[in-house]
Amino acid sequence: MLGIENLLLHKLRSFLTMLGIVFGVGSVIAMLSVGEGASKDALEQIRKLGSENIIITSVKTMDEGTGTTTPNFLRIYGLTYEDHARITGTFKTVKQTAPAKLIRKEARLKERAMELRVVGTTPEWFDLVKRPVIAGRVIVPSDEDNQSPVAVLTEFGARKLLAAENTIGQALRIGGDYFEVIGIVKSESSETGSIQIPDQEIDVYIPLNLARIYFGDTIFRMVSGSFERERVELHQIIVRIEGTKNVESTALAIEEMLKRFHKKKDYALYVPLTLLRQAEATKRTFNIVLGSIACISLLVGGIGIMNIMLATVTERIREIGIRRAIGAKRKQIISQFLIETLVLSIAGGIIGIGMGILIPLLITCFAGMPTVITPGSIMLSLIISIGIGVIFGLYPAVRAANVDPIVALRHE
Amino acid sequence: MSKGILRLENACKIYHMGRQDVKALAGVSISFRSGSFWAIMGPSGSGKSTAMNILGCLDRLSSGRYILEGRDVSALDDDTLSDLRLKRLGFIFQSFNLIPQLTVQRNIEMPLYYLGWEVTRSTSRARELAEKVGLESRLNHRPAELSGGEMQRVAIARALANDPQILLADEPTGNLDTVTGNQIMGLLLDLNQQGKTVIMVTHEPDIAAFAGQRLYMRDGAIERIEGETGETI
Ligand SMILES: Nc1ncnc2c1ncn2[C@@H]1O[C@H](COP(=O)(O)OP(=O)(O)OP(=O)(O)O)[C@@H](O)[C@H]1O
Ligand SMILES: [Mg+2]
Repeated sequence: MLGIENLLLHKLRSFLTMLGIVFGVGSVIAMLSVGEGASKDALEQIRKLGSENIIITSVKTMDEGTGTTTPNFLRIYGLTYEDHARITGTFKTVKQTAPAKLIRKEARLKERAMELRVVGTTPEWFDLVKRPVIAGRVIVPSDEDNQSPVAVLTEFGARKLLAAENTIGQALRIGGDYFEVIGIVKSESSETGSIQIPDQEIDVYIPLNLARIYFGDTIFRMVSGSFERERVELHQIIVRIEGTKNVESTALAIEEMLKRFHKKKDYALYVPLTLLRQAEATKRTFNIVLGSIACISLLVGGIGIMNIMLATVTERIREIGIRRAIGAKRKQIISQFLIETLVLSIAGGIIGIGMGILIPLLITCFAGMPTVITPGSIMLSLIISIGIGVIFGLYPAVRAANVDPIVALRHE
Repeated sequence: MSKGILRLENACKIYHMGRQDVKALAGVSISFRSGSFWAIMGPSGSGKSTAMNILGCLDRLSSGRYILEGRDVSALDDDTLSDLRLKRLGFIFQSFNLIPQLTVQRNIEMPLYYLGWEVTRSTSRARELAEKVGLESRLNHRPAELSGGEMQRVAIARALANDPQILLADEPTGNLDTVTGNQIMGLLLDLNQQGKTVIMVTHEPDIAAFAGQRLYMRDGAIERIEGETGETI
């Protein structure tokens, strides 16, 4: 009896009227899902680094001189054992630190030989870069104390060497020395490589003190036909801070300290928390911009509905007169037209939600971009379309209710 | 003064047209007895429709009183007037005034919808009324598929849906030929004989002859009254 029949009678018109809302709602959900997908990836990676961690890495500096042309040039840079000790000892807010020394060495497990990325580290590493142990165990303090030649393979390393659970206990030759494989741990890698995950390029771990004794700090490398020598003590130090609120202040203090002891800036500090905050801020801005665009399109959709409803009121003025003459009250006329607008806007909203779900799926499917549809954005869209129905439906409905029945009945 | 079911006391309706005032009703006093059948006649512009709008609670008097079933409705608010129209009055118009997008069934049911009847009850009531006006086979048709006489019968069925005591008809046969017009008059006469008060505007003396009383208007005033029990104040 009320609005719905009339809407069904004018199916095409009703559909066209809804289009504004359909596209508005569809774009809200689609845009939010693309934004959410893009930032979720970044946020996820930053979280993997740990929000209470600070990651300090050595950075090769470009010398004023042309080092590579001098045959016996020794390039010295990066973090030192002393830096590690100072960071561990100076700050009350530093809970744990894990140093890492990276060496590339030819390795052999049974018949299989590969060049591996070997990292000398301390047991703390396995606390700070927590990964599930697939088999065996990780390096413990007694391994360091006894200078036991033990090695822990990462998933990458295990794959390269075709190692499996039964590899535990076997001898792994690294360079000229033998290590006992004591465990295999899972590896994490990032798909999109803007942020470095600490273990994404590590094949095997050995105790740091053994790495120093066996391999020293000087690295020879073949660079475009000539040897290059580098002296780097530590490639990375991971610092765990006590309490999130201390992370940024401690990072500043560490940076100050490093600045004092390093002539060149041959180190870089990554504070995942800061990156996280930046990423979140970017995401917020992104959402605001997208939200405003979507709001404008919804506004346009709402005005479209209002426009049609006003035209409908004029067109159906005689019907309104008849209903009023028969005894319909003003508020019943208001609710009739309001329901019509609401049905239009909610139906538009629902179709729009369908579109808003479909588009991100297609984007993910064809463009490979990650998208995340949040239930929040769907709820928001529904609420918005109801709101639009009420706001833009009220004025035409009130106009309809205020029609003078006598004038309306005389209307041709 | 008798106990008329509808009473106008010195009823005036003035339209302000720019500087000029149009006196559509210039002090009309009349009482319509319950169960009577009136025809209002008079030249165009004499105020017939204006009087009908007042009697039908669609409009308010500029001055004077209108007493409907013993109640002064001159000062009632819009909602109360709507309620009176819904519950006490039935309207029949010259141009039928059916809602084109609704079926006959729906058109007849409309007052019941506003009365808040349940669907099953109003469906059967609409069918009953359609039978009464001989249109039970047309319930699912739309007004555009009906002839003028059929449309007016639907309008009568709709006017009867709330079982009003009073039927108001402004030129009910104005758009119909003589034969169909007489059919409609037969229906109205039946209803009058069942006790309903019928007030009808018409230009045609043949149609007016169906009524028990005839009220002639001129320039917004009563010219004369014809009929058995006609009475003025
Ligand atoms: N809304 C209005 N505004 C101004 N003047 C009006 C209005 N309605 C009616 N009038 C005037 O009031 C007078 C009476 O009009 P009314 O419609 O009652 O006449 P009528 O007797 O029904 O005529 P007809 O036989 O042509 O239907 C006319 O002069 C008309 O012009
Ligand atoms: Mg008239």
